[in-house]
Amino acid sequence: MNKDFDYALLDKVLEEHEYKRSAIIAILQSIQEHYHYLPKEIVPYLAKKLGISEAGIYSVATFYENFSFEPKGKYIIKVCDGTACHVRHSIPILERVRQELGLSAKKITTDDLMFTVETVSCLGACGLAPVMTINDVVHPGMSPDKASELIAELKKEG
Amino acid sequence: MLKTREELESLRQTYACSVKCEKKRILVCAETGCIASGSLKVYDSFVKILKDKGIDCTTELAEGVSHEGAIGVKRSACHGFCELGPLVRIEPEGILYTKVKPEDCEEIIEASIIGDGVAERLIYNRNGVKAAKQEDIPFYKKQTRVVREHCGHIDATSVKEYIAAGGYKALEKALFEMTPADILDEIDKSALRGRGGGGFPTGRKWRQVAGQKEPVHYVVCNGDEGDPGAFMDRSIMEGDPHRMLEGMMIAAYAVGAKEAYIYVRAEYPMAVSRLQNAINQAEELGIIGENVLGTDFSIKFHINKGAGAFVCGEGSALTASIEGKRGMPRVKPPRTVEQGLFEKPTVLNNVETYANVPSIIENGADWYLGIGPANSPGTKAFALTGNIQNTGLIEVPMGTTLRDVIFDIGGGMRDGKQFKAVQIGGPSGGCLVTKDLDMPLDFDSLKKVGAMIGSGGLVVMDEDTCMVEVARFFMNFTQNESCGKCVPCREGTKRMLEILERIVAGNGRDGDIELLLELADTISNTALCGLGKTAAMPVVSTIKNFREEYEAHIYQKKCPAGQCKKLVTYQIDPELCKGCSKCARNCPVGAISGEIKSPFVIDTSKCIKCGACASACNFGAVKEV
Ligand SMILES: Cc1cc2nc3c(=O)[nH]c(=O)nc-3n(C[C@H](O)[C@H](O)[C@H](O)COP(=O)(O)O)c2cc1C
Ligand code: FES
Repeated sequence: MNKDFDYALLDKVLEEHEYKRSAIIAILQSIQEHYHYLPKEIVPYLAKKLGISEAGIYSVATFYENFSFEPKGKYIIKVCDGTACHVRHSIPILERVRQELGLSAKKITTDDLMFTVETVSCLGACGLAPVMTINDVVHPGMSPDKASELIAELKKEG
Repeated sequence: MLKTREELESLRQTYACSVKCEKKRILVCAETGCIASGSLKVYDSFVKILKDKGIDCTTELAEGVSHEGAIGVKRSACHGFCELGPLVRIEPEGILYTKVKPEDCEEIIEASIIGDGVAERLIYNRNGVKAAKQEDIPFYKKQTRVVREHCGHIDATSVKEYIAAGGYKALEKALFEMTPADILDEIDKSALRGRGGGGFPTGRKWRQVAGQKEPVHYVVCNGDEGDPGAFMDRSIMEGDPHRMLEGMMIAAYAVGAKEAYIYVRAEYPMAVSRLQNAINQAEELGIIGENVLGTDFSIKFHINKGAGAFVCGEGSALTASIEGKRGMPRVKPPRTVEQGLFEKPTVLNNVETYANVPSIIENGADWYLGIGPANSPGTKAFALTGNIQNTGLIEVPMGTTLRDVIFDIGGGMRDGKQFKAVQIGGPSGGCLVTKDLDMPLDFDSLKKVGAMIGSGGLVVMDEDTCMVEVARFFMNFTQNESCGKCVPCREGTKRMLEILERIVAGNGRDGDIELLLELADTISNTALCGLGKTAAMPVVSTIKNFREEYEAHIYQKKCPAGQCKKLVTYQIDPELCKGCSKCARNCPVGAISGEIKSPFVIDTSKCIKCGACASACNFGAVKEV
């Protein structure tokens, strides 16, 4: 066990879910909500406490797109590329955001851990397409220039 | 805690009376869309101004307090017309204000709350049609609202307002006047069909579960709504959550289930919190829990959040995900009705399907059969999006034509562009074109033309949309979402995507169209689940309707819609070029040359088609051809 790791949080989460194996997805979600990603240390611990193999936990965690074992930025930007946003030209927005931050489809988080850029298929705000979210706040009616402005503001805030 | 039907009825009278006592009501849309446009600030501003003016206002119904003459300010469900949000409705007049900003609230209060007039500046005014009343706006005229009946009319966060509006009456009727068998008969008779895409008869499904020997049954609601461009289910979960819970409870009573699960996709955090809030409220009242209203019926609700996998919308994948496993579909039989969640008989229905149930039970199957065509009765909610004027949520009788939806309700195309196609049923659906405009929208008519109603997403596309690129877009989506369990879907979608990618990149080959069709045929016949079986639908339907566009990409290396970047060539118009050299200085690969003050030229063999020259030119001399 890693001595620097705070296992008390895991105990609390496990408790909330009554140590139920079927709650593994909800457990991982709670942990990710706290850290913004899944630290590797959690896997052996959860495996032992829940009586699932480590491979079993990895198999669930890697199946679902929302789980990440890589740390993410302070600002998580999600550009919607659902159908409604796509036909209203979401790709130029994505390209601009990546360009502003020096990111790509492969490299999604800046080295200073400030920004993560992802795509998402529909946020249910299609009536206001194209949209993007910054830490779950929806910004409607986006354009590449508006995206640049938002990023400039965030950079200023730091 | 309510212990009898009479107690609920008396509570309903109290709340209904409180609502009636309110002199006027200001209903501010508080769903994802309008909130993004700033509606919560508008709400706060209304409350603050009223308080500052010393006007009595109620934000929540309370017992033992008189609301006589007060102004109700409520956070309502989506009014549907997202394009013009934030939307504010004033009752009893039924005035709808559009694009309301916090600084407009004063004007609205002066005109319509203190006075009885209209703030003309903020009402609907488009294409020469001006309307103050919501019902007179063309967008609303042709709609019939059943599942969205309450949306925009009551406080979406309050069980009290739901009850005041007649909510949970259907549950009462079910529990006190009907046996489970009566309910199965009524739902059978109503011919209600599942709104999640397949259109399977709901009554038959419930009957199959009710008839299983195994005593433990479950009721599950599919709130995964994975079709990008669809948000009807989100709106019901956020805007009228009790209606869906009521439908699920009636289902549970009919099939003998004691536990109900709601699976909501991760992208809908507000739907999760509104549902949780609704469950808590109903539990406090004793409408959800042990011995509901003093009867033998008990029910417990669970909410499960998805974690970003489209395939989890498929029934067996969804139940696997609730069980804490990888969300992969399994081979059937056994079917979900026999062995679903935790291997027990399970009713799995879509959000909108459940939301239809209270109205059917309350008004009777005959009433329901009076709406829409006999073989697919009722209404359908659609999300109108894309290159259309009036984007938003609508509800129309099944069998309404596409023309009515797109041109009358939707107001036609934006920016005076021509209609080209509409994608229905998302990544598993097909496109409909001009010749299909007069076709009635119902389950069976759509199946005949190789499309499907799906969940109800209607993405409208104009003349500037490249249909080959659209097919590539959907295939990319499906390929990403393939769970990888079966080979036809895992490998087949990949091969199809590669072919589509090379076609839009200008490297299409003779025979590619035939190869796509052959792969489509094999995958749809051999894939394990609905995801693979329908993966090729967008490709097949775009080839059927727009084969010439595919051919233009493959043989002439041209994109008729001018969307495929790699097929565009840049040219400098010598008439317009002033010879300033700005384009040449901006070109990252040195493909542009020329003498100052005479026209420059682009070497197309060096050009990488980045478009930097076109954006740099101040004279519009760089043209895409
Ligand atoms: C890949 C795939 C995705 C699906 N996604 C959804 C969905 O998001 N919502 C939904 O209600 N049904 C979805 N379905 C259909 C469900 O499997 C199921 O038929 C439906 O929830 C049954 O409810 P209904 O009879 O009320 O329509 C999907 C099916 C497949 C194959
Ligand atoms: S497609 Fe972007 S919000 Fe729905």
